[in-house]
Amino acid sequence: MSWVLDEQQRMLRDSAAAFLDERSPVSQLRALRDAADARGYDPALWRDFAAQGYSATLVPEAHGGLGLGVAEASIVAEQIGHSLAAVPFLSTAVLATWLLRKGGDAAQQAAWLPRIAAAETVLALAVDEQPRHRPDRIATTAVREGEGWRIDGEKLLVVDGHVAEMLVVAARGEGGVVLAIVPAGTPGLGVERTVMVDAHNAARVRLSGVRVGADAVVGGVAGGAALLEATLDVGRVIAASELVGLGDEVYDRTLQYLKERKQFDRIIGEFQALQHRAAELFCDLELSRAMVRQAARAIDRGQADAPLRVVQAKARACLSSNRAVQEGVQMHGGIGMTDELEIGFFMKRARVLQELFGDAAFAMDRAARLGGY
Amino acid sequence: MSTVVDDLVTFRAETRAWLQANCPPEMRQPARSEADVCWGGRRFRFQSDAQQLWLQRMGERGWTVPTWPREYGGGGLTHAQAAVLREEMAALKCRAPLQSFGIWMLGPALLKYGTEEQKRHHLPQIARGEIRWCQGYSEPNAGSDLASLATKAEIHDDHFVVTGQKVWTSYADEADWIFCLVRTDTAKKHTGISFLLIDMESPGVSTKPIRLISGKSPFCETFFDRVKVPRHQIVGALNDGWTVAKYLLTHEREMISAIGERALPRPVGRFAAEKLGLDASGRIDDPVLRAEIARFEVDEAAFRAWLTMVGEQARAKEAHPAISSALKYYGAELNKRRWELMVAIGGADALEWEGEHSQDGTAARTWLRTKANSIEGGTSEVQLNVVAKRILGLPEGSR
Repeated sequence: MSWVLDEQQRMLRDSAAAFLDERSPVSQLRALRDAADARGYDPALWRDFAAQGYSATLVPEAHGGLGLGVAEASIVAEQIGHSLAAVPFLSTAVLATWLLRKGGDAAQQAAWLPRIAAAETVLALAVDEQPRHRPDRIATTAVREGEGWRIDGEKLLVVDGHVAEMLVVAARGEGGVVLAIVPAGTPGLGVERTVMVDAHNAARVRLSGVRVGADAVVGGVAGGAALLEATLDVGRVIAASELVGLGDEVYDRTLQYLKERKQFDRIIGEFQALQHRAAELFCDLELSRAMVRQAARAIDRGQADAPLRVVQAKARACLSSNRAVQEGVQMHGGIGMTDELEIGFFMKRARVLQELFGDAAFAMDRAARLGGY
Repeated sequence: MSTVVDDLVTFRAETRAWLQANCPPEMRQPARSEADVCWGGRRFRFQSDAQQLWLQRMGERGWTVPTWPREYGGGGLTHAQAAVLREEMAALKCRAPLQSFGIWMLGPALLKYGTEEQKRHHLPQIARGEIRWCQGYSEPNAGSDLASLATKAEIHDDHFVVTGQKVWTSYADEADWIFCLVRTDTAKKHTGISFLLIDMESPGVSTKPIRLISGKSPFCETFFDRVKVPRHQIVGALNDGWTVAKYLLTHEREMISAIGERALPRPVGRFAAEKLGLDASGRIDDPVLRAEIARFEVDEAAFRAWLTMVGEQARAKEAHPAISSALKYYGAELNKRRWELMVAIGGADALEWEGEHSQDGTAARTWLRTKANSIEGGTSEVQLNVVAKRILGLPEGSR
């Protein structure tokens, strides 16, 4: 994407906004949560993502997709941030798709990409092992055994792991990173759903002597680490995009409240103490929007500074969304603390998105290292 | 359409050839310090013959003010042509031939509100760098609340008599003329102000430099003691000076927020790495300071991206007209943060005030000077008021 959306991108944004507004308002997430739905997402909504083309955004045209870039996926993610839709967009249409698009062999691509575009499947990427994101500390092992591999280890925060048809597991092997396709139900694979604060899906995964064939490895051993990093970078930009949309939504709702709520016989938005904080938040959100656009653009153009732009964008989006949700609750006052008001859903989702693929502290540390300090 | 493009291609080639032939080699490097800047004016002492020649040649062509009409000493260029000129000057590293408040501020105001006679008289002198202007707005008791200004101008037949004091008049001690806001009706606030042009050589005008916490400064106090000003030196109608001032302020904010076009300052992180050294993991050996630097650099990168985005939005006519207030606010605060960090990184070295080692306390003085960034050109608090009211649409409330 460019710094301003072009005609096509504007149409994508508007259609995604209208679609999600109608099909997946925040009340949908509330209903899923309150029903303790075992799947934790709405399969019908996911199928409609195919009808709209959103699940096909990053899938190459040769595999039935739209072959668009990270910029376009970012636009969809922003709108998901507005509605908090619980769909496997990030896990399947972004992470798994990018991994297969960049590293999959012909058979792997043919097997999975068309089904992703059609939203016929849910896939998950299993990377994290510690409560905080440290992709440099993967301890899960992949050892060659016969023609294939044997994988042992534990994973957590595997987004959509418990409903995934297959997992791509990152493991250490032969001095590199092995990214192995492990279908659900493989002997030795244990998947346990973790109910998270944001009512979105995640899972803990145990791999005990899991055996996969040589054809299960995506991108080869030599290229595994780079492929994983590139995929995580795309995940970071998409999470940041969702945070930008989420921040915008909370800001809009809070600003509206400042214009309606009366105390001391006045609209509370007349108080300068609140005006200045709202104005600072506006700046904060614009800074993050600009940074996320720059990062998406850097990846799509294959710029050498893309990894730096990505973590700068993630850091900014973490910080501004955090400010947005905190001000959102505070400025709504007591009602902001109630489960009845939807602001709390945004605060919870924001915190999980901040954690995914590295929070502000992780992103800033990495930005500093990339900056030579 | 294609002829327009062809014309621009021709214009670019001609411009490049002319610049190559006429820009002295000494003027083909960026200004390194204040001493390299040409401000023009009767009292200006040129740093070199090359500097004088460069001003003269560009002034004759009107390219000191490329988009002003030719009849007023300008270049008469379209905005597209002016962009080409900027690009070609940048490509050849040509230094700006002239900087002045006349170009940035008074000129645009005269073009919009001046009489034909005022335009023909003053604009060409600004364009050629013959007259240097300063701005008389703020007063000791009129800062953020500028419209409460009290410098009085009484009408006597064919002239005004001006009495009062201005403050923060940059380079008043070197300027030839001053454009001033004066009170012509004490019964009204905003609608009792007029915009006057005053010759600094008029009897009764005096100036006194202001010393800042950072040391010597271009700021002055300017005093008016029963100064006679001919009536035709008013710009706009009597008591309508606030309209002119508001128009001019938007130019000032744009100028201040145009920092995206400036050269990139030295990266703070890399400076810290050189100064403090790295540990075995490649990190600055001062973890808490490093974290602050990292946070700053993320925000700084985001601000640059924001400036670029707003620039593109402006081109697409999508930018909010008050966005310059948001940029001014954030840019000022960011620069203050930068220099807090630069001094922290420099430690005792950055606290030296005099001597060769510290280049006469450049770091300490710059650090102190940045404290004014969030005061001058509208305080941060005033900018936030503007953002809240005009962009966020929050109601005017208790201030």
